[in-house]
Amino acid sequence: QCPASKSMGGKGCGGEQIEESCRSLSLTGHVGFDSSPDQLVNKSINQGFCFNILCIGETGIGKSTLIDTLFNTHFDDRVANHFQPNVRLKAQTYDLHESNVRLKLTIVNTVGFGDQINKEDSYQPIVDYIDAQFEAYLQEELKIKRSLYSYHDTRIHVCLYFISPTGHSLKTLDLLTMKNLDSKVNIIPVIGKADTISKTELQKFKIKLMSELVSNGVQIYQFPTDDETISKINATMNGHLPFAVVGSLEEVKVGNKMVKARQYPWGIVQVENEHHCDFVKLREMLICTNMEDLREQTHTRHYELYRRCKLEEMGFRDTGPENKPVSVQETYEAKRHEFFGELQRKEEEMRQTFVQRVKEKEAILKEAERDLQAKFEHLKRLHQEERMKLEEKRKLLEDEMIVFSKRKAATELLQAQAFASTPTVSLKKDKDRKKDPGFRLEILCFDVKNQETDQEQREREKLERERFTHREFQK
Amino acid sequence: MSKASKAETDAAMSDLVPEPRQKPVVPMKPVSINSNLLGYIGIDTIIEQMRKKTMKTGFDFNIMVVGQSGLGKSTLVNTLFKSQVSRKSSGWNREEKIPKTVEIKAIGHVIEEGGVKMKLTVIDTPGFGDQINNENCWEPIEKYINEQYEKFLKEEVNIARKKRIPDTRVHCCLYFISPTGHSLRPLDLEFMKHLSKVVNIIPVIAKADTMTLEEKIEFKQRVRKELEVNGIEFYPQKEFDEDLEDKTENDKIRQESMPFAVVGSDKEYQVNGKRVLGRKTPWGIIEVENLNHCEFALLRDFVIRTHLQDLKEVTHNIHYETYRAKRLNDNGGLPPMTVETEENHESNP
Repeated sequence: QCPASKSMGGKGCGGEQIEESCRSLSLTGHVGFDSSPDQLVNKSINQGFCFNILCIGETGIGKSTLIDTLFNTHFDDRVANHFQPNVRLKAQTYDLHESNVRLKLTIVNTVGFGDQINKEDSYQPIVDYIDAQFEAYLQEELKIKRSLYSYHDTRIHVCLYFISPTGHSLKTLDLLTMKNLDSKVNIIPVIGKADTISKTELQKFKIKLMSELVSNGVQIYQFPTDDETISKINATMNGHLPFAVVGSLEEVKVGNKMVKARQYPWGIVQVENEHHCDFVKLREMLICTNMEDLREQTHTRHYELYRRCKLEEMGFRDTGPENKPVSVQETYEAKRHEFFGELQRKEEEMRQTFVQRVKEKEAILKEAERDLQAKFEHLKRLHQEERMKLEEKRKLLEDEMIVFSKRKAATELLQAQAFASTPTVSLKKDKDRKKDPGFRLEILCFDVKNQETDQEQREREKLERERFTHREFQK
Repeated sequence: MSKASKAETDAAMSDLVPEPRQKPVVPMKPVSINSNLLGYIGIDTIIEQMRKKTMKTGFDFNIMVVGQSGLGKSTLVNTLFKSQVSRKSSGWNREEKIPKTVEIKAIGHVIEEGGVKMKLTVIDTPGFGDQINNENCWEPIEKYINEQYEKFLKEEVNIARKKRIPDTRVHCCLYFISPTGHSLRPLDLEFMKHLSKVVNIIPVIAKADTMTLEEKIEFKQRVRKELEVNGIEFYPQKEFDEDLEDKTENDKIRQESMPFAVVGSDKEYQVNGKRVLGRKTPWGIIEVENLNHCEFALLRDFVIRTHLQDLKEVTHNIHYETYRAKRLNDNGGLPPMTVETEENHESNP
């Protein structure tokens, strides 16, 4: 029987409705769409894969060595010192090829983690980095013209947290950091430099660690057990967490083979020997079995959570105040109006403040001008007074000179008369008398005049200068 | 203003403008280094992981068939998917009313082959080109396609998104050309012109058993020429060829095989000891899957076996993105703010 078809013009099957009205058909021959997974896989191979690992752990706990060992390559030779002022993150991307698979591997290391005296801010740069990668992806997704299929995905897919092999318990810093990261990234805890713990101690240590994590509510990554082919092995591996790892790229001869190992005077720790450490398990789980699941979890769980929180923070809602679904369009337009309003208000504010400041400045300048003007007037007055005084003095002097000349003329007359009568009058004395005071007087007069002009000149220059600067101010 | 006071106003302004935010001290652009691998790591197992994941989630495929009634659309779809996917319409009875507009009928089926589950939706468009006046009969179809994009966009833009957004977008549209032997009809050109921009169109020549081989080749050439002259880009579009390999492969298909001249049938006959799908005529049996008789096998391989995923990707990455960009741009172009709006806004708490 044919299923009922919806024949309303323009309306097709809804998403949920189609599940009910869908019926299973049996094929009478080979159609060929079983090649669809292959087509999809081929496309992905052409595009290449991205995988991003974040390693958190104290300096010197063996992060770089472990990564080198996992991927069989020397990545970065530089060793960090213990005197970093704060925690930094260092990221490097590598292009790896294996058969026809191209992998873009990004390794992010924490530099200086656990080295500071005050470790309160140690985990914050890590959280910020992870959020920044989510933010970059969200921005790309929200763009109008976007290209998601060629986007280089930098979101962290897995975080390897290195625990110090103390043998006792988790450090407070470890708990704090993991608690802050467990909702943002898949955490796989590993015990670094595990060759410093004996087997029995290791068992107790692992149990203690896991119970501490559980009692503090830290959600570490659980290997998925829903696929029958891998559920068994994943479940077993879940019981071996945290993995006790040893890393080494150096090869040592054991038996008749060269194996990756660390050579001690008392023996050789083989990296790939499952009795010695859990390195093989880690590699198996991380790369061979669950890489795709890690990527998927990051995208569908952690990223979606971040996105939801971020959008809610920005004020977007799926349902309006009356619980009616609000379209993003409406929210967006409302936000835009609001934003423009804010912008205009802020502009007005700024303009007002600016106008205010300018007024104040103008007032100050006017004050200064007035002061200057007052000073100028004052100086002018002084100058006038001085001048007048000098004029008076000059007048006095001139009067005196006139008087003196009169007296001189008179005495000369007298002398001439006297000379006419007595020719032996001491001319010298008169001459001397004439010369000295007269000359002195003239010199005096001359000097006073000079003094006057000099002083006047100086005063005038001073006033000119002041007038000039005042004019500049006015401009 | 004198220089001194200008400097002072600058200083006053800088007090108002806040300092730019410091950039975060995290590395944003990693450096690429090529490395050689020593020994096997196991990265290539990701292929298997991915394959397993896709087989578990299954596939959606939505195919639309457009063409005048009687061109064999339903038969062809049934032949393609080797099952009774579409119900054949027996034509309009005199008593039934011919629909005034084009209807859109979408029927979904779940088919499984080789462990792969596919949810197939066939979208039929009865009434297309059947009226006396067929002006704008492509509009309901265009509307339907855009509605599916809109549905997807709404889901994508939600705050709390579904893990897997149901995909009802039309991935492929088979357009049936009447085998007149002359050229394309104006309706054909109009439809394809409008819709080649929103959906992948694959033109097929229906009922190709009415043409001889020479007529077929000539007709195909003429159709190709006409499509080119009218600027109609059918799938696979030239501009979306990713690399040289794709280009050469697609060029061959574009310039030689397309449009596929097909014959459909769901009846089996005995030919040379084998049971084959075919049409029995007085002058012989036309074998549907025989490449000498018609190009059905080419169409089937093209749509299902090689380009199924690509059809979906072009729909998602290009047609859907174009729709989304246009939609978001329309939203962004708000009218200029008037005084009333400002006042209204100011009064809002």
